Amino acid sequence: MTLAPETTDLKVQLQLADGWFTVCDLSALLPGRGVAALLPDGRQVALFRDRAGELYAIDNRDPFGGAAVLSRGLTGTHRGRPFVASPLLKQRFDLRTGECLDDESVRVATYGVRAR
Amino acid sequence: MTATPEATEATPTIVLVGHGMVGQRFLEALAARGLTATHRVVVLCEEPRPAYDRVALTSYFSGRTPEELSMTDMEFINDHGIELYVGDPAETVDRAARTVTAKSGKVFAYDTLVLATGSYPFVPPVPNKDAEGCFVYRTIEDLLAIEEYAKTKATTGAVVGGGLLGLEAAGALKGLGLTSHIVEFAPRLMPVQVDEGGGAALLRTIEEMGLTVHTGVGTQEIVVDEAGAVTGMKLSDGSELATDLVVFSAGVRPRDQLARDCGLTVGERGGITVDEQCRTVADPHVFAIGECALAADGRVYGLVAPGYEQAETAAATIAQDESAFTGADLSTKLKLLGVDVASFGDAHGATEDCLDVVYSDSRAGLYKKLVIGRDGTLLGGILVGDAEAYGTLKAFTGSVPPVSPESLVLPAGAGESVQLGPTALPDDAIICSCNNVRKGTIRGAVTEHNCTTVPEVKKCTKAGTTCGSCVKVLGQLVTAELEASGVEVDKGLCGCFAQTREELYEIVLALRINTYQDLLDRYGRDGARGGDGCEVCKPAVASIIASLAPTIGASGYVLDGEQAALQDSNDHFLANLQKNGSYSVVPRIPGGEITPEGLITIGEIARDFGLYTKITGGQRIDMFGARVEQLPLIWMRLVDAGFESGHAYGKALRTVKSCVGSTWCRYGVQDSVRMAIDLELRYRGLRSPHKLKSAVSGCARECAEAQSKDFGVIATTNGWNLYVGGNGGATPRHADLLAQDLSDAELIRLIDRFLMFYIRTADRLERTSTWLERIPGGLDHIRDVVVEDSLGICEELESLMAAHVANYADEWATTINNPDKLARFVSFVNAPDTPDPVVGFVPERDQVKPDLPLLSIGMRPAEDLLEGSAQR
Repeated sequence: MTLAPETTDLKVQLQLADGWFTVCDLSALLPGRGVAALLPDGRQVALFRDRAGELYAIDNRDPFGGAAVLSRGLTGTHRGRPFVASPLLKQRFDLRTGECLDDESVRVATYGVRAR
Repeated sequence: MTATPEATEATPTIVLVGHGMVGQRFLEALAARGLTATHRVVVLCEEPRPAYDRVALTSYFSGRTPEELSMTDMEFINDHGIELYVGDPAETVDRAARTVTAKSGKVFAYDTLVLATGSYPFVPPVPNKDAEGCFVYRTIEDLLAIEEYAKTKATTGAVVGGGLLGLEAAGALKGLGLTSHIVEFAPRLMPVQVDEGGGAALLRTIEEMGLTVHTGVGTQEIVVDEAGAVTGMKLSDGSELATDLVVFSAGVRPRDQLARDCGLTVGERGGITVDEQCRTVADPHVFAIGECALAADGRVYGLVAPGYEQAETAAATIAQDESAFTGADLSTKLKLLGVDVASFGDAHGATEDCLDVVYSDSRAGLYKKLVIGRDGTLLGGILVGDAEAYGTLKAFTGSVPPVSPESLVLPAGAGESVQLGPTALPDDAIICSCNNVRKGTIRGAVTEHNCTTVPEVKKCTKAGTTCGSCVKVLGQLVTAELEASGVEVDKGLCGCFAQTREELYEIVLALRINTYQDLLDRYGRDGARGGDGCEVCKPAVASIIASLAPTIGASGYVLDGEQAALQDSNDHFLANLQKNGSYSVVPRIPGGEITPEGLITIGEIARDFGLYTKITGGQRIDMFGARVEQLPLIWMRLVDAGFESGHAYGKALRTVKSCVGSTWCRYGVQDSVRMAIDLELRYRGLRSPHKLKSAVSGCARECAEAQSKDFGVIATTNGWNLYVGGNGGATPRHADLLAQDLSDAELIRLIDRFLMFYIRTADRLERTSTWLERIPGGLDHIRDVVVEDSLGICEELESLMAAHVANYADEWATTINNPDKLARFVSFVNAPDTPDPVVGFVPERDQVKPDLPLLSIGMRPAEDLLEGSAQR
């Protein structure tokens, strides 16, 4: 299987400790849905693009269930905060801060992300 | 449980003889007053089972089991230390020694004796009345015997008595597939409750159902064959009626023999004479309650509500509280053979100088009569065919209604008709007569006890918990009270939409809106327009769009364009996510019928991909442990072999389960497998507010468990019975009978309408069972809409379904032929060939299961990963 053919030159890049890591074409991100990316160190990142074109990146692992599935959740906005709802048990995570909207004590890592 | 007569010396003993509905209510009243703590309570029950809902007896034939009819919570009995002796009736009472002797020989000393022996069916003294094939209609055991005889030895049945119970019995015989007759001595049906006009309306409707009614004739003799079995009846007009089975249902008589034998006073026409405290006039230690008692007002009450009041009075008197039973209202509302019949107050116009207001339409089977006093006071009335107004009218009885009486009986739309809401009632109006709950109490439940729903109010006040006829009025009162107290209930779907799901459906359909963004930007809440929506409304709107796709011009493929972004995670991957991030796959196996080749294909695929396999409850095969990137590979092979998506991931039709039916089974009466396949293929892919399950049973033995389904079908010798609103799961609910003896075409048309009406009006994630109980009017309303077409929408419902059926395409077949869509089925966008390392498996019982420690570790060392070496 291969990715969809390129429709744009823009690439999605993640900010890692040693610089920007190119993940995929911007066109691979469907507004409102996520994709997962594998980092060189084995971590997994969930990438999202909202309707306005803004990009978000958080850790892909659901801290409640342990599975790496946050990229497959449904996104939305709650009181101005963009979030993804885990497909496992539906807890919502703020895409900007990684904070769980349903349990303040839980937070997932976030990453800097850009398209260029 | 053993008798311990010695204990009586320390604690006073109450012995209750009879454990029917009234007896059980008496025990509850004792417990509520704390008397079970201070008294030893002994109950002698003649029937082989403790108290059950005799009022709903006939519902046994529409599928309620004896267990479901039970009104006795054994926890209640045990918690209150009540000694209940089932199948052990009282034989004698020694009032001098104050002892009761049971059939088993046990002797119980009493301080207080309460007789609740009920009544027995009156059987007219005609020759051969005890012949084989003659029955009465009183207990569950009677019903079991009738059912057995009807199935093995009878094709025709006759009921003697055209009263309330007689009509129920006749309906039951018809339901058992017998040609049914009703023989009534009076010139009309239900002579006690309705007048001539009401009887005529009732007669017409009942004859249209295929029952034969003989009024104005008596039974003279039961005709038997040489073996002594019934073959017919000789009637008083000289004619003879051929029948294999006779049910006597000609009224009941108080069961007072035990009282007579011990010298208690009984009335001339039977009934144990009691005072206003329900204490027997002959002995202050003995009480009588319910149908065996001749009340202080000189009447024997054959209804459950007065019996309950007597039970409360007796318990209060024993507790030395003041209470009196001075008489009761005989109002009744019933549904007999599907016909509403109600009578209330002075139904026959016995009051001097009273006047009638009558509306009669025998073509429609409608008859409504109000009895009005000279001063305009509503005195009573009779309603046949439509008893919607019963709750309101009854509550106004005794007062002058605020609108003209004729406007209360005219049908809606006929000029002057007025819908008088229960809010106009005074606070002391009785809303629930079974439990004697007044409007003020119901309002108090909302204002003082913070109840906000009908179930809460029912629990708090007991209103609506017996016959249920007031539940509709209850709902109106609760809503009105909530609104009056300023409780603004935001009925909106979510933070993005102020509309309910039903309202959004109407908007989408009426305006042909076929994208979520368009709907959100035009009809969302102010702050939500132009935004991203949320996880609640996106799948809900996606479901509405999918249900209506062909009609509103949207794509019927749920992953097309914008729709892909709206779907719940499972719908987006067309598979069911499991706890470790792997998926399960369920191909459709219509009706549960599968060829050996099909089984082999599934077996080979599961083996080749190392999947865990399990048979589902819906007669399919579930394959677990597929990684997201394996899903297209698995489906290419399944589609090749002719399988389609089973929609196990969707809020859509799941399965139509079936038993093997008449093709193989010795008992089957219809081809249930064929019908199940037809239904499953017709409704496959139909998106709905929640999942839909169905089943078809080939005979009344119900091996497919159709009554636990959203729509269940049970074969009869004449066709199909359709049940709706059933559910398994956490809150099981037996489905309700919607229609009987349908042809194939009638069945499918009715299901089309039912499903589309459900899709149109249900809330998000609301199963048919909760929907049916929530919507005003409940099952009756649904029947009105989908059977009688009261809203005139059936044609539209049918055409919406026809469009769905015509436009169905298997979404997995579409997906594997679409490279863009297939690109989504990878674990990593930047490493499409690398599997998710968190998804691992370990062996269990010769198959695999998720490697859970892998989840808690979360990830493995980086070096292994990019090599893709984390294979199972």
